[in-house]
Amino acid sequence: MTPIGTFVSHAVVLDRDDIDTDQIIPARFLTTTGRSRLGEAVFADWRYDETGALRSDFPLNQSLRDAAILIAGRNFGCGSSREHAVWALQGYGLRAIISTKFADIFRTNALGNGLLPISLDDDAFHVVLGLCQRDPETQLEVSLSAQTLTTPAGDRFEFPIDPFAKHCLLHGTDALGYLLAAEDDITRYEETPAMYTEART
Amino acid sequence: MIDRARTLLDKVWGAHIVRCETAATPGVLYVDLHLVHEVTSPQAFTTLRERGLRVRRPDRTVATMDHSTPTALGPGRTLTIAPDAAAQLRQLEANCREFGIVLHALGSEGQGIVHVIGPEQGLTQPGMTIVCGDSHTSTHGAFGALAFGIGTTEVAHVLATQCLLQKKPKTMEVRLDGRLRAGVTAKDLILAIIARIGVDGGTGHVVEYAGEAIRGMSMDERMTVCNMSIEAGARAGLIAPDDTTFEYVAGRMHAPQGPAWDEALRRWRSLPGDAAACFDATVHIDAGALTPMITYGTNPGMAIGIDQRVPDPATVDAAHRTALAKSLAYMALQPGEPLLGKPIDVVFLGSCTNSRLSDLRAAAHLLRGRRIAPNVRMLVVPGSRRVKDDAEAEGLHDIFLAAGAEWRDAGCSMCIAMNGDQLAPGQYAVSTSNRNFEGRQGKGGRTFLASPLTAAASAIAGAIADARTLVDA
Repeated sequence: MTPIGTFVSHAVVLDRDDIDTDQIIPARFLTTTGRSRLGEAVFADWRYDETGALRSDFPLNQSLRDAAILIAGRNFGCGSSREHAVWALQGYGLRAIISTKFADIFRTNALGNGLLPISLDDDAFHVVLGLCQRDPETQLEVSLSAQTLTTPAGDRFEFPIDPFAKHCLLHGTDALGYLLAAEDDITRYEETPAMYTEART
Repeated sequence: MIDRARTLLDKVWGAHIVRCETAATPGVLYVDLHLVHEVTSPQAFTTLRERGLRVRRPDRTVATMDHSTPTALGPGRTLTIAPDAAAQLRQLEANCREFGIVLHALGSEGQGIVHVIGPEQGLTQPGMTIVCGDSHTSTHGAFGALAFGIGTTEVAHVLATQCLLQKKPKTMEVRLDGRLRAGVTAKDLILAIIARIGVDGGTGHVVEYAGEAIRGMSMDERMTVCNMSIEAGARAGLIAPDDTTFEYVAGRMHAPQGPAWDEALRRWRSLPGDAAACFDATVHIDAGALTPMITYGTNPGMAIGIDQRVPDPATVDAAHRTALAKSLAYMALQPGEPLLGKPIDVVFLGSCTNSRLSDLRAAAHLLRGRRIAPNVRMLVVPGSRRVKDDAEAEGLHDIFLAAGAEWRDAGCSMCIAMNGDQLAPGQYAVSTSNRNFEGRQGKGGRTFLASPLTAAASAIAGAIADARTLVDA
């Protein structure tokens, strides 16, 4: 995984609550055995018309193609656990999502792939949303190490992040290495007679 | 240390902690049972290969094919599978062979929807931790197991280490007082719960369902309730195990036998939360006051009593107005419109929410001696091969076929619409599945989520109908 440093980008806005992972990547694209080439299908049913042409009124099609930040309404990523949603958003080029609340599984999937979920409180969210809606080229600075989102005017909003996830993202390490290093503890647990359930026979 | 009253979650969690959570690091939680299917696992096996890792506990890992599998023979009476889906199925077969994992492949006796076969085979047991790359893993919480969905990165973690990095969730008690009235089902109850707490009301929480209404439920009904916990955003759903649970598990293929059963039972009886245990949040619902529920919108929280009218965006608070208006536009419904009598095109009876034998029996009871309306196509898709065989043994398939419905093989089918079973754009379906998201059952398709009783009654009427109005309901 590539470490996340500080970066600056304009944002694309989907001002809608409860965007579920079926919208982010419809199920018909899940028959892949890989992670790549999902970016073209991100938000497919909102992004393309019946003929397969890009809908000009859909924000992701209006934005300059290099937006690295998506601003979306509350409860982003709800529904299905499909990690393909994260891979598709990253395939489009996104590096961070700003919302007021993320669904649990989506948040974990995002952190595991280096897509930064930035949770803001309602007031901060609406300030940032308003700025980016008024001027789509508004440049936002994301600093993971400082856990801040900074506007061009210098307004700075802090966002929370799990300290372990932050460590992994800053150093580009993944959690599997940490779990593998817990080998001795896992073996000890498996050998404990009080272990809750027997293995399947 | 002073003994503190513990919830069911505290007990299950505590028994599976390999390494404690600290301020800087999450805890390491051991997983007793890992269920695997074709769609969310291929990339995880690739990770193992790339890093030269084995599956730590193939004996705690079980795979099935369900999401993209066909449920009917195609032209020429052969199985037709799209090439990419077929490649994914072959990949699962190859992965299971290489890593030594039991696979219930298409056509085999144990095949079925992952959340149906786990309980059915006695793999799912009280007090366990169970995960799967599927959000409806919450189903297994009906047994007092901590069961939750994970993404593919975490599937790789569990394959390689049998563990997950976890922070302990908060707890929410949903207390359901009173008994459900006749014609009101577990599906109606969970739809009412989601409508009440919202599609993100459970985020960060494990929801424990308790109260008289839950105690009176069969395991099939409890699974329906826990199944849709994720639709309220909850990490998992839980129900304390009791004699109903133990009777269900007893004698199943992988259930403990003989002295091991007695020992297991002793442990399981200690699982229910202590009377003085506290929850981070509590919600009370009068289950006895509920009526059959149906969704009108594009998320499972947008549900009303079946005889109510579609809400008007003008009368809801500003925060929800736009979302409601967008939902109604997608569904092509008018504010204030009654749903009863709304013509429909398709009825889907199936999914990990409502495809067990009791669901099929409930629908068959209404369909016996009746025909579905000529304008309606009805798919009946049993949750597993075993459910299918059991249903056929008692003649349910004859009732469905005589009524004009299609009797299919086991799988997820039109719940996720990956296998060709799907709505055409603009079609309306009454579906016993769990998600009414835009396009979930086929691009442009419109879903009304409801119970098997409502589904059967609506199939007969050709329009949304209240099963309680059928004479022998």
